[in-house]
Amino acid sequence: MKRTFLVVFLLAALLASCAPVDLSASIPTYDTGVDPTVWTTVPAGNFLAGQEARPTTIDYDYQIMVTDVTVSQYLDFLNAALADGTLKVSGDQIVGLYPGDKFQGTKHELEINAGDYVIVPIQDPASRFTFDGSRFAAISGWENHPMTNVSWFGAWSYCGYYSFQLPSELEWEKAARGSTDDRPFPWGYEIARNNANFYASRDPFEDMSTFGSRTSPVGFYNSNTYDGYSTLNSVSPYGLYDMAGNVWQWVGDILPGFSDRFMHGGSKDTYDMDLRIWVRNSAPPMYYSPSVGFRCVRNP
Amino acid sequence: MQFIKDRFNYLFKSTKGLILVAIAMIAIETAIFGMLSGPMAELGVRDVIVRMLGMKLVEAEREGRIIILYHSIAMAVVAIESYMITSLLKMKEFYKQAVRVLITVGYILTMVFGMGFAYWGHNWVFHGLFITGLSLIFFAGVLLVIALWPWNKEYYQPDQAHARTRKGVDVERVAFFATALTTVLSSLFGAIPGSYYGNGFETFMAQDIIRLPEKTVMEYSVIGHLHIMLALIAIMITLIIGRWLNFKGILHKIAMPLMILGTIVLNLGVWGVATPLEPVAHMIIYVGATPAMLAALFLLIWEWGQLIREGTSHIQKPSFGQKISALVRDPLRFGPLWQMLFMNFTTSFVGIFMAVELDKIFRLWPALEERIELTGHWHALSAIIATIILLYYGDMIGLKGKLRNLYGWSIIVLSDIALAAVTVFEMKRLFISEATQQPLVNTLMLLMDFGLVLLLVLLAIVLIWRLFDLFKRKGRWTEEVENELSEEVKK
Repeated sequence: MKRTFLVVFLLAALLASCAPVDLSASIPTYDTGVDPTVWTTVPAGNFLAGQEARPTTIDYDYQIMVTDVTVSQYLDFLNAALADGTLKVSGDQIVGLYPGDKFQGTKHELEINAGDYVIVPIQDPASRFTFDGSRFAAISGWENHPMTNVSWFGAWSYCGYYSFQLPSELEWEKAARGSTDDRPFPWGYEIARNNANFYASRDPFEDMSTFGSRTSPVGFYNSNTYDGYSTLNSVSPYGLYDMAGNVWQWVGDILPGFSDRFMHGGSKDTYDMDLRIWVRNSAPPMYYSPSVGFRCVRNP
Repeated sequence: MQFIKDRFNYLFKSTKGLILVAIAMIAIETAIFGMLSGPMAELGVRDVIVRMLGMKLVEAEREGRIIILYHSIAMAVVAIESYMITSLLKMKEFYKQAVRVLITVGYILTMVFGMGFAYWGHNWVFHGLFITGLSLIFFAGVLLVIALWPWNKEYYQPDQAHARTRKGVDVERVAFFATALTTVLSSLFGAIPGSYYGNGFETFMAQDIIRLPEKTVMEYSVIGHLHIMLALIAIMITLIIGRWLNFKGILHKIAMPLMILGTIVLNLGVWGVATPLEPVAHMIIYVGATPAMLAALFLLIWEWGQLIREGTSHIQKPSFGQKISALVRDPLRFGPLWQMLFMNFTTSFVGIFMAVELDKIFRLWPALEERIELTGHWHALSAIIATIILLYYGDMIGLKGKLRNLYGWSIIVLSDIALAAVTVFEMKRLFISEATQQPLVNTLMLLMDFGLVLLLVLLAIVLIWRLFDLFKRKGRWTEEVENELSEEVKK
């Protein structure tokens, strides 16, 4: 009897794990009221960097996007860059030219020479756009979500196309933390489920029994209530949204002898501990994922 | 008063009492602090526990808390192994008592005040007592090394069936000695960087820096330390199980020198990580790990052979089925070796596969995926060591009949289900994409929780039973007061 129960339990568990995931399941649509085209200025000065809160100075002003680059914004770039030949279709990918990194031959270092590299995959079912062979269009409902499934090359190309840059780790961290204290999260010292989109945060976009976590529209956590779901105002001291959770954000630093690129901020798929400002993730620059996006910085 | 004195003497002076206390301490710590992470945090249990117990959790100190948490659990495990060694092997009474007193006071100080410091605000007296506890355990280790000195004629092995030198030196004792000595030396690879980083109030987890191309000597030292300490705890429990089962014969004679060679080379390799030998350190580690694992394999072959022979002695020509039935008839004797074999699927093979495919697969994944794999495989190894201890403990307290079967098989089946799920979870990116993984993740989480929670429930039942037993005048505990494990070695 006991053995039968165990076998039945294991078989049922196995069958449940094979359930298909509907990646095109409908998504609630909300206007967050946050304008993704807005930039904010981070003034030159001191701040506390890293887990140990080391006093650090950035001696120049810079501007940073208040939200992640959205699907709409990115598709505008893809359409423009494809039309003017900056990017091109190669198999099932959009590729673009990257001038390459200096190869140092360090252990585990990938050689990244000048050449075309993946910007976004075209056929990936987790992407939030369609491509008819000449133009990209957002899947309805996803327009104001952060652009995902974009490689570091794709993020770098977007910023460069408009004469922006990817933020350095320090620029990103200062923008997230502000200049006055050593807070671990952009809004303060503690995290609640309705502060950010993270794993099992019970936001309106996730269903942990089927497709799991999904992104939320940029600026969603702004103290508004959406269909009864109340969010906390989770802006950083400089007024940035989504600097913790939703999607990891590529940053621009390239370390000598290390081909990976860094990401910060945690994502919809990570536990709250990874949303702490100093936590780093990294991946090779051709990596893309439904939980990775980016934003840009520029000179004022 | 006599009531308390008798129980105190059992719990803190007898081998089985000391082991029971340490198991209970680990179980309580695991039950409480296991509710602060993973699915328990997801379900909101963490927030309730934190509020209820008045914990003060500072986000920036999470890594420091975890380091103290697993050190305090590891110290109790080391204490259990030390109780077993001092009860199984001959040594002078002074050393036996000194080791036990120091390590008992040491791990309790480490656990109580370490966790108090880490989770309930920073009382620096508590931190001092935590360090005092660790230091006492270190001194206990030094005394254990002295006590195990194998070249004392008193400890020569007279039995030709056991591994021994021509002069009679007990090679198995040399293996215990080598493991204890290298454990004491390897602890320095954690203590020195621990002091260095602690002095600057910096903490980091090894898995978070593993990808960085530039690492300092201190960082390498921490990485080496955590790997070797777990490996040495595993080697020591293998030796202990071998002694309990009275491992002997030709396989013993081959296995023990291999174990000594493996232990020493493995240590040299891991220490080498923090020296200019770093580029070839992994190769030395493989060279060391191979003989150590072979020695464990010989123990398995020997014991399973014994089980089959004993179980089929009444049959003239046993069939394959009868042999298997004989092999698995006693889960407490079959289990420890099975768990060692199973460990290869959850830890060793995973680690080797990862090393071989590092550049082709794992370094193409994001660092967080690699982190899951790294933490998963050493959690699995730790859990397997714990189950081996629990299986031995089941035999130690004399479980018989149906209860023995239920206890033994529950530990084996539940832990193996959970650990198999952990292993699939770690490696899931090999066969499923991030976007479509949720149903699989849910199933794996369910299996992990099913296995681990029921295992903890089983442990809780055993501990409650033992607690009630303590209130009986002629309880089971009275039979365990005088017993030494050396008297219960299999004949």
